[in-house]
Amino acid sequence: MPIDKRAASAADALADVADGATVFISGFGGAGFPNVLIRALRDRGPKNLTLVVNSATHRYSCTHELIEAGLVRKVVCTAARGHSKGPSAFEKLWMEGRIELECVPQGTFSERIRAGGAGIPAFYTPVGFGTELAEGKEVRNFQGRDYVLEQAMKGDVALVRADTADRYGNLSFRYAQMNFGPVMATAANLTVAEVRAVLDEPMPHERVQLPGVYVDRVVTVAS
Amino acid sequence: MSNQPLNRLQIAWRVAQDIRTGMLVNLGIGMPVAVADYLRPEVDVFIHSENGVVGVGPAAPADKVDTDLVDAGSRRVTLRTGASIVDSSWSFAMIRGGHIDVAVLGAFEVAANGDLANWDMRLPNKGPLVGGAMDLAACARSVWVIMEHVTRKGSPRLLEKCVLPLTAVRCVTRVYTDLAVVDVTPAGMVVREKLGDLSEAELRARTGAPLAFAQDCKPLVAPAIALPD
Repeated sequence: MPIDKRAASAADALADVADGATVFISGFGGAGFPNVLIRALRDRGPKNLTLVVNSATHRYSCTHELIEAGLVRKVVCTAARGHSKGPSAFEKLWMEGRIELECVPQGTFSERIRAGGAGIPAFYTPVGFGTELAEGKEVRNFQGRDYVLEQAMKGDVALVRADTADRYGNLSFRYAQMNFGPVMATAANLTVAEVRAVLDEPMPHERVQLPGVYVDRVVTVAS
Repeated sequence: MSNQPLNRLQIAWRVAQDIRTGMLVNLGIGMPVAVADYLRPEVDVFIHSENGVVGVGPAAPADKVDTDLVDAGSRRVTLRTGASIVDSSWSFAMIRGGHIDVAVLGAFEVAANGDLANWDMRLPNKGPLVGGAMDLAACARSVWVIMEHVTRKGSPRLLEKCVLPLTAVRCVTRVYTDLAVVDVTPAGMVVREKLGDLSEAELRARTGAPLAFAQDCKPLVAPAIALPD
């Protein structure tokens, strides 16, 4: 049977996400948030999730709805600050000690995921050395400079947003939509993409920004 | 030329005068972003944004806003000619790999050895936000800080040792404030420019680290620029 990664709905695409899953969510600054998939995951309601997402709260993302719904045990992110004067849903739970936080420098965040998808178990980076985010981590000196050992991250599920796809799962992004999507797709067991449109024809190879080999399911959503 | 302390747009103007053709420049969220508005017209630079935009153009006009085209501060922007967009891991490889010539960053504190504190003010009831600050501070070839010389309460921000949590160690190369331009050298802080009416003693009184003054220390001047309402 020919390959066809198109799923009938977001709910179908996420039907086998289990309790305790580590979920990668793409998106940065308003671009590339897979909000339809996030809401479908909320409706499915798996518990004790670990979210790996740049921002625990962002005004253009629905990530906070997973947290408000009590589905999240831990957040790994680079930004855990809300936008309003009062605490965000995340900040409230965090201050009450009911949700775990791992705050990671953004380049280390993306590289840990990249390493997870590239067969690299850990790597040394100069970033974070001498700061509290590197406390307790192994430090090694190379050519006179100190580096911190960081561990790769892998996910059970990656939710990414792209512009177009084809039946093979090849993805193309608009402008800054790409952000964490490609690396997250490489490091998760199951990658689901929501896209504005699935092309009828195979995507021309020079337009493919993420090869479909990294994408398992594709859902078309209203733009 | 006035001898009043520079306002934040005048400080941004002063930083812009030091940016040269061919540089790849990252402008931090807040005050640094304004530097792009004052680049000299003959200077041709690419502005890098952590989310992968290489060649950020001016903010998008209201009728051209595209929610997929944003910079690291979530501003809706445009692209300059010759721009490209990469994913986050490539963007940070660009930063870590030393391909950013200058990062212009805001700061709370800078120490005499170049240590930078600019990411965590220890705000009560607020979660931490590190973003790309540590990557840029640790790995840009030059790190220029733009900030007020003292806090709102009048305490120095240039210190022997930072009090707030560090962003990176020994990284800052130059500080632009409302009162002075200060180089951070292996021998400590060296004042390159200061307000003409401000004595060395007065500047030292507002600074929490030892200051040396360059032999050719110049007056710090900027054109009048009004702050927006």
